[in-house]
Formats: sequence, C-alpha cells, structure tokens
Amino acid sequence: MIDIDISKELHGSGGEMMLGISLNIGENEFVALAGKSGSGKTTLLRILAGLESGNGRITVGDEVWQDGRFSLPPQKRKIGFVFQEYALFENMSVEQNLLFVRPDRVLADKLLEITELALLSKRLPQTLSGGQKQRVSLCRAMMNRPKLLLMDEPLSALDPLMRTKLQHEILTLHREFDTTTIMVSHDPSEIYRLANRVVVLNQGQVIKDGSPKSVLLESRGSQKFSLEGELLNIIKVDVIHIAVIAIGQQLVETVIDREQANILQIGQKVTVSTKAFAPTILPA
Amino acid sequence: MIELLSDINYQPFWLSFKLATSTTAILFVISLPLAWYLSQTKSKLKPLFEAVTALPIVLPPSVLGFYLLWALSTNSPVGAFFEETFGIKLVFSFTGLVVASCFYSLPFMVQPLQSGLEGLNKHMLEAAYISGKSRLETLIRVALPNIKPALLTAVIVTFAHTVGEFGVVLMVGGSIPGETKVASVAIYEMVEVMDYTTAHIYSAIMVLISFLVLFAVYLFNHRQNRKFGGAS
Repeated sequence: MIDIDISKELHGSGGEMMLGISLNIGENEFVALAGKSGSGKTTLLRILAGLESGNGRITVGDEVWQDGRFSLPPQKRKIGFVFQEYALFENMSVEQNLLFVRPDRVLADKLLEITELALLSKRLPQTLSGGQKQRVSLCRAMMNRPKLLLMDEPLSALDPLMRTKLQHEILTLHREFDTTTIMVSHDPSEIYRLANRVVVLNQGQVIKDGSPKSVLLESRGSQKFSLEGELLNIIKVDVIHIAVIAIGQQLVETVIDREQANILQIGQKVTVSTKAFAPTILPA
Repeated sequence: MIELLSDINYQPFWLSFKLATSTTAILFVISLPLAWYLSQTKSKLKPLFEAVTALPIVLPPSVLGFYLLWALSTNSPVGAFFEETFGIKLVFSFTGLVVASCFYSLPFMVQPLQSGLEGLNKHMLEAAYISGKSRLETLIRVALPNIKPALLTAVIVTFAHTVGEFGVVLMVGGSIPGETKVASVAIYEMVEVMDYTTAHIYSAIMVLISFLVLFAVYLFNHRQNRKFGGAS
C-alpha cells in the first residue's frame, strides 16, 4: 500500500549522514521503527507526514505523496500524527481539540469513550496528566479516520503502568479504524505487544526488517534466555564468585567461576544466557 | 485646582490618542503577517528583514523624521502621487502623522508578536497542518489564542510608544492645533513659552496614564503566566 523510496542528507550530532530508506508497507500493518537515537527514525516519520522535505518517491495506494520536487502538503495527506510531547492545542478543551480537526461529534464521543476521557471532555490540556494528554492526542489523530497513523515515541514519557494501558488503547484504535500504523519505539515489550513488523534503522539505513519475534528474540546457539544487563559487582564468597547484574529494573545474582571473575569488569555490559528448558513461571 | 484642570485644553491628548489608536490598528493588520512570516521562515533573507524592521528603534527620530518629511512631501514621487491622485496632503496633516507613526512604531508591534509566535510549540502548529488546516486558519485559531500576553504587549506598547513620540511628529506634522499638535508637542511648546503650570499638568497626566497602562499590562501578563504555568 505504501511505497517509500527516499533519501535525505542529515546533519546530525554524529556528523553528516545519508538517510536512504526503501520500504514497502502493506495495508493494516503495524510497523515499529526502532534504532539508536539519531538513526533517522523521526526524520523518516516527518518526511512521511510532509513536514520535512526529502528526495525520492512516496506513493500511498494510487496517490503520489512525493515525487522529485513535488510534495503533497501535510494538509492533504489525511494522516494522523502523535507527537512524543502531545502538542495539544492549549487554548482548546479536550473536546474542542478533537472537534477542531473535524466537527464530527459522534466520532469524538466514541473516541473519548474508548479512551475513558468522556468525563474530562471540558477540561483544558494543562490540567491533565501526561497519560491523559497523550490519549487526547491519540484521539485527535484518529478524528480524520486516517489511512496512516504515525507515532513518534508516543509512550516514552509515561510511567510503565500508563504505558501498558495506552498500548492496549492504541491496538484497539488501530484495529477499529483499519489504519496502517508506523510507530517509533525503543521498548522491546511494547514492540512485541503491538507491532507485527519491526524495522531497525542505523545510520540512516535499514539494518533489520522482520517480525518482532525474529528481530527481538536474539539467541545464540541453543541458548534460549538471553538478557542484556550491566555487571554491578562481583562478590567472593568462600571459593565461589557471585556476580550481581542489573537487567532492566531488576537485579539478579548468579554464580560465576574464577576464570570468568578475572575476565569480567564491573560496569561492563554483559549478556546473561541460559537454556530455557524448565524455568518456573509464576504470576507476579 | 479644579478650576485649573477644567480650564486646560485637552485637545492635544484627544489627538494623541486618536493618532495612537489609528496607528495601532493599522500596524496590527500590517505586522501580523510580517511577524508570522518572520517567525516561520527559514529564508536567508530573514536577518535582512529583521534589521530593516528594527531600524526605527536605533535611528534618531530626527533622521527618520527628515526622510519621512522628504518622502511624504510633494518633492518625492510618493508624496506627489498621493497629492495628485487622492488629493491627500501627507505633510503637516493628521494623515501624514499616521503614516509617519506607522514607520516609527513598526518594531514595537512586530517584535513582541514575532517572539510570541516563535515561542509557540512548533509541533502544535504542525498538528494543525496535519489536521488539514491552512496556515491562515492555524494562525487565527491556534497561534493567536496561545500568545495572548504577546498580543497585549504588542498592542499596548505600540499604542504607548505612539502617544509618547515627539521628534518624528514635530518634523512631519509641525504643530497645527487640532490637526497635528499632539500632547508631547504641546508640552514642548508650553515650556518654550514658559507656561510651566500647564506643562506640569500635561506632563503629570502623561506620567499617570502611561503608568496605569503599563501596570495593567504587567498585571495581566503576570496572571496569564500563573494561569498557564509559564516560565517567566
């Protein structure tokens, strides 16, 4: 449905970089864009929205959005865009933010219902919490019934609980409105939960493209558990050594032998892996 | 005292406020598109426009007054055109004062508007474009309502600055009672003829009005900033 073949010279923090992206995205796909910061994810999203210029060609269905010098203005692309920092119209109430896009009260009420914002519809944005603001922003993006929904790290400013809630709402809206969605995200669990395809960018180029399972579940050999962490300490207890490793928000301890204890350095990034034959899994 | 105040001729004040109101209204219409352009453009010509706009701040009023006097007189093509086509005399007339004031007060309208618009969240404007709104509709319905303190500052400062101008007005307008003799010029004349009593009263009225206007602006901005949790 969406054919992208674009390039742009970027002057990023890491010097000159050439963004060169060639992608084909099918209808109703949910694509997660991942990669280090400065790899060109946001720029790609902004070029798709028509907010930045680039070279090359973008076609969506039988519409040409960009071809050489021609660029369809953002007003005519009928997309939805969710910014990381909400970007709500501060002078308008929640409801007015939605109705400004299109005076369709039925749709606005429905969206506010789905996202549990109905009670807050008369409030001004500055009185809302971050999570509430982002839900308003999400609703606003859906008001044009967009064929394409673009989201630039929409949940990265929110706490984990609010993230999970919004992930669910994003997925509900994506299905309800039959949109094609492209979301920039750094969070593997979020990507796994929402996306059916992950595109990883590095230095302006696509370096990985596949299902979340094949891209995210990296394992070497027959090892099935493979976790990245930081080595915090090595404690010597009698004849054994215990390594303390921070994995995400969790600390784990594991026994290592003397040889390993000599090689590993505190503060180092490490991979902890084990075979996953019969781990105990209990509800937290 | 009351007798003294009631004997005063208030016409110069009325003229000053009429001039300031006309100038502010005209400048608002002219400056809004200019400030919007300057706040949004990435053009290399931006510093050039900004420098030209800011010129009246640094130029001595006599320099500005001299050029305007020349440009508006029938010696210049502009003045001759207005005289011949519309029969409007632009020097030593109220119309001429309004034209001159528009040049003189331009930066005081453009700069607060521009900085207000530049301080807006860029993504908020982009969200409006993506919602299908034109640049004009975005300016009116999104940008302007979110820069109320800047709007007020621009309008009030322009108004106050026009009331307070002296050099340009004197050069372009002279001192024709009821036509171009505004308050500041009137005070100058009172001092010249050593009528210090009237000069005192005129000056005190100017100080009082100016203070009240500025106080009201700062009070409003203070409240707005508190209401919107502004940084300043």
